[in-house]
Amino acid sequence: MLRYFTRRLLHGLFLVVGVSLLTFFLLQLAPGDFFAEMRLNPQMTAESVAAVRHQYGLDRSVATRYLLWINSVRKGELGFSFAYDSPVACLLWARARNTLILTLSAMLLSWLIAVPVGLGCGARPGGWSDRLCLGATSSLLAIPDLLLALGLLFLAVRTGWFPTGGMVSPGFDDLSGWGKVKDVVSHFCLPVATLVLGTVPVLVRHVRAGVVEVLASPFIRAARAHGITRRRLLARYALRGAAAPLISLLGLGITTLLSGALLVEVVMSWPGVGPLLWEAVLARDLYVVVGAVMCSTLFLVGGNMVADALLFAVDPRIRTE
Amino acid sequence: MTIRRRIYLALGFLGALHASVLLASFFAPYDPEVQDRELPFAPPTRLHFVDERGRFHLRPFIYACASSSMPVAACVEDLTRAFPLRFFVRESSAVEKANLANQGAELGASESKRRHWRLFGVDQPARIFLLGSDGLGRDQFSRLLHGGQVSLLAGMLAAGLALGFGLVLGAVAGFYGGWVDELIMRSVELFLALPWLYLLFAVRAFLPLHLSAVQSFFLLIAVMGVVGWARPARLVRGVVLSARERDYVAAARGFGASDVYLLRRHVLPQAFGVVMTQAGILIPQFILAEVALSYLGLGVAEPVPSLGNLLAELQQYHVMASYWWMFLPGAALIPVFASYYALANALQERAGVVPT
Repeated sequence: MLRYFTRRLLHGLFLVVGVSLLTFFLLQLAPGDFFAEMRLNPQMTAESVAAVRHQYGLDRSVATRYLLWINSVRKGELGFSFAYDSPVACLLWARARNTLILTLSAMLLSWLIAVPVGLGCGARPGGWSDRLCLGATSSLLAIPDLLLALGLLFLAVRTGWFPTGGMVSPGFDDLSGWGKVKDVVSHFCLPVATLVLGTVPVLVRHVRAGVVEVLASPFIRAARAHGITRRRLLARYALRGAAAPLISLLGLGITTLLSGALLVEVVMSWPGVGPLLWEAVLARDLYVVVGAVMCSTLFLVGGNMVADALLFAVDPRIRTE
Repeated sequence: MTIRRRIYLALGFLGALHASVLLASFFAPYDPEVQDRELPFAPPTRLHFVDERGRFHLRPFIYACASSSMPVAACVEDLTRAFPLRFFVRESSAVEKANLANQGAELGASESKRRHWRLFGVDQPARIFLLGSDGLGRDQFSRLLHGGQVSLLAGMLAAGLALGFGLVLGAVAGFYGGWVDELIMRSVELFLALPWLYLLFAVRAFLPLHLSAVQSFFLLIAVMGVVGWARPARLVRGVVLSARERDYVAAARGFGASDVYLLRRHVLPQAFGVVMTQAGILIPQFILAEVALSYLGLGVAEPVPSLGNLLAELQQYHVMASYWWMFLPGAALIPVFASYYALANALQERAGVVPT
């Protein structure tokens, strides 16, 4: 057991280091940097631009900068933002929390919806409920995330049922405790709904595929021959058999969900990592970009760890490995 | 419906979509850049069949919007004169002509060059906006077709690039094994694990911001191709791994076939199905990536239209709330995606996999 978890931990570590190296060496391809446009400013001499660049260490080689960055990671700063003039970690912290809230609740909700629906669809492959389900999921799949987000936003703008962006209303601090919760939840609805509508069809299809495959296997036929009821068969045997691929999907699905969240956050101005990354890309604030990418990688590694632990609990075949 | 028929149906529909987008300059009534500052955010033009006196016309006609100085959200139709829809017109763009006339004679040469056949059009001074017009009075329908050209092409080229990388790297990894395999598969894991939009953003961050439209188009394709090679590589590797152990491959090797010959002749043809299925999945994904990046101002730049930067006008709330036709470029993606997914599903089913 210890070996299994050490191996997974090492794999996670490899991912984090690999991603940081990858982003950093892509950085070398960058023509121009945050200070490049200062050169166009007649009030800045070439020397002062060079001095600023020197101050931030931009004139060093990539390898040196990587080591410097590692050093600042060790200090818990994650590099320095040129645009905000503060360590990246300070910027990232609150925003990472917001993204996490959004992603986690969307994930939870979509699994809660997808598992029963997928089970219902896969129970009778080719039946009317299966066809309905396939039709509904494929039409939902065909709607691009961006359009979904914009459409829901349009609804909010036209009806006024939901706030149109942000996470809290302007007078948030004056609200009572219950009012605060209600305020955040109402801001919450649209982004979560967009993410859920985007992920549920994918998940339903995977659950369905897993159930269909398991139902065709001999042990299910044997169980049926023993007279186990259909309901019990589905809930206890089929779902459990289909669980292993689904749990690994839980880990991988975080990737898609994070990408979706990035877009949704920008469109609905949710104060998460997404808008920060977007502004950093536009401002060429390189360390913020690296920090945001690292942040998403950390989420991902964390999610994979949880998935691994679940897999370990559910699938006895792994325990014997 | 049989699987074969579904594949042909999806392919046929996709072919028709792509053909109509490819021939954008024929199907579109105007050039995508032509502006009419008098008619910003004009709603979709209504086609009439029955005139004021209740007479029915086989040829549909439109009324011009009575020009007013206020922003035209609702077009007040000028009922005094009907403009019949003309088909196969040689030079339909009245405003274009007028613009050229205003700008002086030196543009006369380009005028003659620009003249070509269009499917339909109306006489000046009326303008036909089948899907409304945008903030600069440009015809949405024409921009949609031309933008579709850019977006669909970007998706296809990027998918081609990603599949090319994936095929080569996956084949090398599966065929040679050893440390090459190890290296390639580790980087596959790296690329698969990353949220692709974050990765796309990161890669885009390191490229210059201010680019010409053509440069940014090709950079975008390169970036998406670089980001998307991992999944096809892994799948191709799996196929190659099983294919290289077959007896006929060993036999061919015994006859002295070279590695390249073996790969090309015996191993890679097995990967064809996987590659096709992946194409059906990757192309819509890349179209969506282009749309997302252009929407955020990091992709194809104005004035060249793409489906993403057509949607970018919705970033202003008043546009979103008042002018529903600005959503249509996004809605146009739905049939494209639906047919690509149907194709990918059918291909998966043919390969004996339960489609996901």
